[in-house]
Amino acid sequence: MNRMHIGKDFIPPDIHGKVTGKAKYAEDYAVDGMVYARLYTSPMPHARVKNIDAEAALAMEGVVGILTADDVYPTEAPAPALLTNEPVYVGDPILAVAAVDEKTAEDALKKIRVDLEPLPFVVDPVDSLRPKGASARLEGNIYPREMREMRWAGSDVERFVSGQEPTGPAPTEWSYGDLEAGFDNAEVVLEESFVTTGYAHMSMEPRSVLSYWQNGKCHVYGSTQSQSFVVPFLARMLGIEQKDLVFIAEYCGGGFGSKISAYPVLALPGYFSRKIGRPVMLRITREEEYYVGSARVGFQGWIKAGFTKTGRVSAVDLYIVQDLGPKQAGGDASSAGGAVSILYQPDAMRLRDVPVLTNTTPRGPQRGPGQNQIAAVFEPMMDKAAQALGLDPLDMRRLNAPDSSATLNANQGPITSAYMEEALLKGAELFNWSERIKRAGQRNGSKVTGVGVGQGYHSAGASGYDGLVRLTPDGKLHLHSGVGNLGTYSYASTTRAAAELLKVNWDNCVLHYGNTEEHLPWSSYQAGSNTTFTHTRANHVAAEDLLNKMKRIAAEALGGDPGNYDVADERVFDTRNAARGLTYAEVAARAVSLGGEYSGESYPEDIHEVTQRAVQGLAGSGLIGVGKDKLPVRGTVPGLTVGFAEIELDLETGKHEIIDFLAVAECGTVVHPQGLAGQLRGGAVWGIGMASLERHVYDPQNGLPASVGYYQTKPPSYLDVPTSTEWTAVDIADPDNPVGARGVGEPAMGSATAAILCALSSALGGHLFNRTPVTPDLIVNHVSGQGQSFDPMAINSF
Amino acid sequence: MAAHDVMPDIELFQPVTVEDASTLAERLGSRGWILAGGQDTYGWLKDRAKSPRAMVDLAAIEGISGIEAVDGGLRIGAMTSLTTITRDERIRADFSLLASAAGKVASPQIRNQGTLGGNLVQDTRCWYYRRGLSCYRAGGNICYADSPEGMNREHAIFGASRCVAVSPSDTGTALVALDATMIVQNGDAERRIPAREFFVGPAVNITHMTVLRPGDILTAVELPERWAGADFYFEKVADRNVWDFALVSIAGAFRSEAGTIRDARLVCGAVECVPRRLEAVEAAIIGKPRNEETGTAVAALASRGAAPLNFNHFKIPLMENLVKRALRA
Repeated sequence: MNRMHIGKDFIPPDIHGKVTGKAKYAEDYAVDGMVYARLYTSPMPHARVKNIDAEAALAMEGVVGILTADDVYPTEAPAPALLTNEPVYVGDPILAVAAVDEKTAEDALKKIRVDLEPLPFVVDPVDSLRPKGASARLEGNIYPREMREMRWAGSDVERFVSGQEPTGPAPTEWSYGDLEAGFDNAEVVLEESFVTTGYAHMSMEPRSVLSYWQNGKCHVYGSTQSQSFVVPFLARMLGIEQKDLVFIAEYCGGGFGSKISAYPVLALPGYFSRKIGRPVMLRITREEEYYVGSARVGFQGWIKAGFTKTGRVSAVDLYIVQDLGPKQAGGDASSAGGAVSILYQPDAMRLRDVPVLTNTTPRGPQRGPGQNQIAAVFEPMMDKAAQALGLDPLDMRRLNAPDSSATLNANQGPITSAYMEEALLKGAELFNWSERIKRAGQRNGSKVTGVGVGQGYHSAGASGYDGLVRLTPDGKLHLHSGVGNLGTYSYASTTRAAAELLKVNWDNCVLHYGNTEEHLPWSSYQAGSNTTFTHTRANHVAAEDLLNKMKRIAAEALGGDPGNYDVADERVFDTRNAARGLTYAEVAARAVSLGGEYSGESYPEDIHEVTQRAVQGLAGSGLIGVGKDKLPVRGTVPGLTVGFAEIELDLETGKHEIIDFLAVAECGTVVHPQGLAGQLRGGAVWGIGMASLERHVYDPQNGLPASVGYYQTKPPSYLDVPTSTEWTAVDIADPDNPVGARGVGEPAMGSATAAILCALSSALGGHLFNRTPVTPDLIVNHVSGQGQSFDPMAINSF
Repeated sequence: MAAHDVMPDIELFQPVTVEDASTLAERLGSRGWILAGGQDTYGWLKDRAKSPRAMVDLAAIEGISGIEAVDGGLRIGAMTSLTTITRDERIRADFSLLASAAGKVASPQIRNQGTLGGNLVQDTRCWYYRRGLSCYRAGGNICYADSPEGMNREHAIFGASRCVAVSPSDTGTALVALDATMIVQNGDAERRIPAREFFVGPAVNITHMTVLRPGDILTAVELPERWAGADFYFEKVADRNVWDFALVSIAGAFRSEAGTIRDARLVCGAVECVPRRLEAVEAAIIGKPRNEETGTAVAALASRGAAPLNFNHFKIPLMENLVKRALRA
């Protein structure tokens, strides 16, 4: 298909600022009269605030005020609180102090006396499930969508920690198919226990916020993945109407799931500013980002999987204890089950889930929440089964690969389309799998070659959101994007679906984004890999509305039926006489004269309140194309990836080097090649981190976190990742998207994690560590034949 | 409590002579802090885990940076940047062990700013101590790391005495292997301290990792001719390849004649509070060829006497493996 924009690279408008350093993140703004807030965070993992004495601090020169839990909106456990009188982890913000400069604010913190009464705490979910275990919160220790208490019998705990089939009750369960029959049909049945570390998101830009009030409106400069989606939630947190919120988030230095919508501290300077009558900047430090940012949900679990003689996955029984941290979280286990159900299409499956709270850093969705943890668990098991059955690991995956008839989750619902076998084959050819796999296990001195393939999945598309485009009398097409600039460029690339349909040169397009005052439509959240699918649809819908209006305006002006008109070269013309037509500029000018729906004086009733306000703000400025996406969608939209890795593992040091890595995307039509490459390469770096590096440790004796700085948490450095990461895409259109696209951001990580772990396992003759990360100490202990330092189900061990 | 990130008020002295720096440091005593490249300092101060009243900045002092030849060896000013050391032709030619070790420190940015002296006198990275807890090393009466459930994967397997912290210095390991001499000035008096005696464990002094006392300024390190142009081996095993501290490191220096080792130094980092000389191994390899067989035969001597904690018994085989590699190379 000959397209102008879809599948082509372009320069998104935020690039120049990023490259030149002129980009302004929230922390880079300053306004007259601004004061600085600093947080007083809990030194205890669980406590009750008995008294706060801020008299001495408030008497200091330059100190402007303090903000406590009593000044902000109340919350009910386990919803995240902005400030709290019952801190539930070390680092939980108790109060904030504002001063004319940061140093004075920090000095003031030292003079504030907070009397804390220590409360019981726990940093390992299993410890909380013990008969006399502590609860992370006064309201209970588990959160299966409601807070309550649950304990296991001592024998249940002992079985679980030793890695045997769990007998402890699980509050959440789903299943489909005949599990027993599935295992009966299996030639090979594997049982493994596993641990996946729940480590921090570590966004490069800590979530600093600036707020002030002007003419009754609250202005918030923040760092969020989403733009329009944040507005209703932040307005509610601030207790104001949406129209009274000006929200600026032009850049976001990484969120990875931790900045999807309005998080508590985003509202803190707004409250503080209202209280003290001064603009307030809250600069979040790197250490604080580990407290008020969030971390992945940790898994401790057990899995039993059956494989038929031919290699089909016949049954999966999955049991997961989730570490939710102290607050609301917990979708990871179910998502993990969903990923298994689609990627391997088992005939029968059961998921049991025990969501437990701990007094550790708050958890939230992190890139592929659930799907990527389970990729680290199940993919190495696929290799183990392949070895037992004498099959090639790639062939095993091909045999089970989802196609467009695949189903998923407990309800075995349909999907829009899938071409996983095509992805596996395309990658295998490019990676030269059949030759490389022969090298697995080959020894060169102390080094052994490992070769692995891994798969990733995440649902990757939604529908029902709004698009808004506008043609102005100067002939420019204005693309209003409510999509947040989370670093994927989807805020820009999805608007190209509108430019494509309207056949407008990119030079004649003007993008509006990153600020509510730019009149932005309602958008989905920028998470869940959904934006590319969701907003190419919404932009297409808005462009279609604009196209139809252009044709009607032209027909009215020049005669004939709108159906006789078409567009090309930024003109709408009569297909029977191409010379008869109007330029886009002329059409826009006519729209302004015509008014009504043409120029936004009226609009469809079914568009979101946020979009309605945007249209109201633009009314009379041009021809408006606006609409809600009501295009059909036949099921879950899958984003699929495959990773291929060759490594060299040094048996003496436990270190490995990634020799080659290839990522394959199965995400429908490629919309923006460089954007996709960024997702695949970035996903690979994340995957490498999860597989072998990223650390999250709490001391169970005092609840203190060991990992509150980059050098302690160990995200991959430039010498821990391959110099170049190859990528390719299947590029087969999805039928439920007007440009054929699906999303893909999250699974790119899971498939990389899995490929690295499978490669490590292949280098060690099939040994599975059944945990992430696999660090040098684990390998050295294994190779030297001495046991590991901890039990199979232990956490906080690295 | 706060996650601090702002420099506190602190008095700054910028003397131009070592004598002045020394006088100031002595006068300030425990209230003073010597500033070199700042890569250890600013973490402590911005975290407000240490609160000195004044800093004595060595940057303006002439004559304590740079590299010069002395008596067949080299004299390296303490304020010489780690990057300079990794690039210096004389060091690379005759003492590549030090260049290799310096090149494994942290990251290029930190090596540009960090100095040799700073790398040698930096404080331990025990995470409990760095959090500002009142442990033995901080003057308290408990070790959090060596407790029943303490997280001590990175800690010591030798030489523990209440405190189980390890030396984080990559260059210290190399300098002990090179029989370097630390030049320390106090007022106008100069002391020459063998590298091996420069570092001290908790049994000697639980709150300081070196012999330096208030008023002492480490001005230079001398590398004697003895090991110039010898065969060297350096390896650092860390979780990450950039900006990480060693799990175990090894520095080896060898003189061989007619296919057998005539003289050797083997020193391990990150297994003890000081760089640990493997004297039993050194003695055992004299007269043997430097090869796989010798390495295999002597490796177990390296870890003799190790007392691992809950989470670090991996350091024993890792140490032994590094000895084998040093001898195989």
